Amino acid sequence: MLDLVWLIPAFPLVGFAVLLVAGRRLGEPNAGWVATVAMFGSFAATIGVVVDLLSRDEHHRRSVTTLFSWVPAGDLSVDVGFLADPLSLTMCLFITGVGALIHLYSIGYMHGDAGFGRFFTYLNLFAFSMLVLVLADNMLFTFLGWEGVGACSYLLISFWFTDPANASAGKKAFVTNRIGDWGVIVAMCLTFFTFGSLSYVEVLDATDAGQVAESTATFIAVMLFVGAIGKSAQFPLYLWLPDAMAGPTPVSALIHAATMVTSGIYLLTRVNPIIADAAAWVPSLIAWVGVGTALFAATIAMAQTDIKKVLAYSTVSQLGYMFLAVGCGAYVPAIFHMVTHAFFKALLFLGSGSVIHGMDGDQDLRHYGGLRKWMPVTASTFIIGWLAIAGVPPFAGFWSKDEILAYAWNESPALWAVGLVTAVLTAFYMTRQVVLTFFGRHRYADARPDEVDAAWDARLASVAADLEAAAAAVDEARAGLEAAVAARTGAETTHASAIEAARTATSGGSTDEAADPEALAEAVLAAEDAVVAADTAVGSAEESLAVARSSRAVAAADQAVVVAAEGERDGVPSLALDAAPDTDDITDHLPEAVAARAGHHPHESPWTMTLPLVVLAILSVVGGLMQLPFAPSLKFLEQWLEPSLFGNEVHLGLGAGMLWVLAAVAVAGGLVGIAVAVAAYERRRIDHRVFEQPLLADAWAIDRKVGDFMGGPGRAGFEATTTFDERVVDGAVNGVGSLVRHLAGVLRRFQNGLVRTYAAGAAIGAVALLLWFLSRASW
Amino acid sequence: MEVTVAWYLTLGAVLFTLGAVGLLVRRNPLVMFMCVELMLNAVNLTFVSLGDALGDLSGQVSVFFVLVVAAAEVVVGLGIVVAIMRRRVGATADDLSVLRG
Repeated sequence: MLDLVWLIPAFPLVGFAVLLVAGRRLGEPNAGWVATVAMFGSFAATIGVVVDLLSRDEHHRRSVTTLFSWVPAGDLSVDVGFLADPLSLTMCLFITGVGALIHLYSIGYMHGDAGFGRFFTYLNLFAFSMLVLVLADNMLFTFLGWEGVGACSYLLISFWFTDPANASAGKKAFVTNRIGDWGVIVAMCLTFFTFGSLSYVEVLDATDAGQVAESTATFIAVMLFVGAIGKSAQFPLYLWLPDAMAGPTPVSALIHAATMVTSGIYLLTRVNPIIADAAAWVPSLIAWVGVGTALFAATIAMAQTDIKKVLAYSTVSQLGYMFLAVGCGAYVPAIFHMVTHAFFKALLFLGSGSVIHGMDGDQDLRHYGGLRKWMPVTASTFIIGWLAIAGVPPFAGFWSKDEILAYAWNESPALWAVGLVTAVLTAFYMTRQVVLTFFGRHRYADARPDEVDAAWDARLASVAADLEAAAAAVDEARAGLEAAVAARTGAETTHASAIEAARTATSGGSTDEAADPEALAEAVLAAEDAVVAADTAVGSAEESLAVARSSRAVAAADQAVVVAAEGERDGVPSLALDAAPDTDDITDHLPEAVAARAGHHPHESPWTMTLPLVVLAILSVVGGLMQLPFAPSLKFLEQWLEPSLFGNEVHLGLGAGMLWVLAAVAVAGGLVGIAVAVAAYERRRIDHRVFEQPLLADAWAIDRKVGDFMGGPGRAGFEATTTFDERVVDGAVNGVGSLVRHLAGVLRRFQNGLVRTYAAGAAIGAVALLLWFLSRASW
Repeated sequence: MEVTVAWYLTLGAVLFTLGAVGLLVRRNPLVMFMCVELMLNAVNLTFVSLGDALGDLSGQVSVFFVLVVAAAEVVVGLGIVVAIMRRRVGATADDLSVLRG
């Protein structure tokens, strides 16, 4: 079975090939099942190899299976070979095991996605690359897997590439990882120059035998560490991991929590003899970078509002713990924590994916609350994951984290103290996440601050419009009154002139024979009627002006009331823990989305999603059984990994009593973190805004500053190099070319195609040669 | 008056000069060809007379090589001339400058 170790990566490779050719035709859900079956096959093959290895004597648990020679180039000879030893197989076990569960989960999660087949194609390619990374028997083949997972990570982060933000998140991850890859390449070159080989067996045996200078080992170790901080998202190269959450959630679980990001720790553990031979400051550097990143990322996680961002910073933080362990020489606890972390962090990510799925893609913690009512399986498994990561005994995370803290104390109490503070913060932010998601009031239907503001603006605008309309009515009424008054004046003038005409006629002074006294009397009467009518019209116009004025006064009063109310209202908190924001005054003005949300009910996910959750939850409960600290015989993982560690594992010099005290302090710290978070978010005894500092929510502004720098001076620098390349490098090449061309342009005039010219040239040349010979003759 | 080797050499030099000048001044390809032949045979005459005068057979032998080369050159050259004349009747050597740079 040990010779069949190549089967482990072969399964996902075959799955990838099948999906590449027929993925679109297989469609949903068959493409997903092909990929999932491939992963389960790979898992079965891993179990077979592990069983075979276990049946062997402890000192012969290392086997290299070479398939063929890959790069036979002079002194450099690289094979495609697989190194099966306890370390690589431990990695394979959880990569294929957790990977298979995540594949199964993805069938449910990616339901209805247009890129269903493509997603599983990438996922299988990723699994293949990751298995190559851990199983390779030489550094170059590992590097192939290393780049392969990087490429798959890029493809999967920008899986929904139509959104520019997702596409640029993928690019960010890829480019940031290039810095780390540079370290690995340099380390690889130096390893080859030092040992003449890249094979782990040869290099590590030679190092273990003390055949390498301390300075060389130091340089190789530091360069590999640069690679490791890139891939495993440690300070300062962690920037890409939070952005990587742009990918689908199963990808975050598989690649950016459980497997790929642990490859840096794997690589450092693999080359532990080199670190052991390096200068003493190298392990200290690793430990301090690790624990510093752990604390730093935990502070950021406290203030994040995106459910996946919290988990992303949490992952950075937990990876920092693993680096702390590696730096303390505690390789077994590092791998132990890697495995338990794979269980509970995959569980948490998949749980968050289930929540997002049930909430129609909403990722904001502030919009959740009380979800345990609708999603019982997700809630209960998530709670198990929370207890595991918070370090509550007897869940898996407690055992591994406690062991790392014990080794940290063994190394330096300062490291332990930082680690402990991180543990408290971890318990705090995870509790915050759980409470905000699954407990408390369901806040999804609440009107959100921007919606409330918009509704108030709409209401203010509507009363202002009312007032304006009333003012316009007043103006109109006034104009009507003026017209009526003018009409009355006209009627009176007509009346007066009619009376005058009648008077003139009756006094006989008129010369106009046509004037009929009766008609004149009628005209006077009619004019009198017109005056009366105009007078009435003026009266009614005055009345309607009064009405318009009073309604304008009412509208102005209304507006004053609304403006006062708007001025007095409290700002809507972005996180409304106590009660929904008061929207009675603005009900009519709220956007339709609010009413639509009120009709939405979260739903539990299908079995393909909940089954992996349950399995991972069980693993998160019992994972600690791998390595119980009570007796050496219970440390199964340590016994199993021992052959891969060349005896470089540091041994604890602490008594049992001290260990109990450390464990008790760690548990107490975790409980304090949980209690504070419950007090702030569940009981609401403490104002939660104390913890959510804007600086923390902004991730200490580092990402932004780096972005500004790269966009400003950095960009100018890149453009300067481009200019140098275009002007100087290309200029030299092109300059030589154009010089030759111009010279040839001159010379080609001599070739005029006239055969007699050539003949003349030959004759002149012959004569010239003859003269030369004659002149040299010495007679 | 005895005919010495100098006579032959002088004749060779005269014939060679005639050929060279003819090659340079005439524009008919066939005549130019004949001039080349004239030059070659002038050289042949020089070889033979010097070989005889110095009692060295290699002078005579060289003539054969020259004849072989001349024959081959005639075959190729006349072939080219015939091919050109078929396409462009009455072309002179100066017209055939399509291969100019």
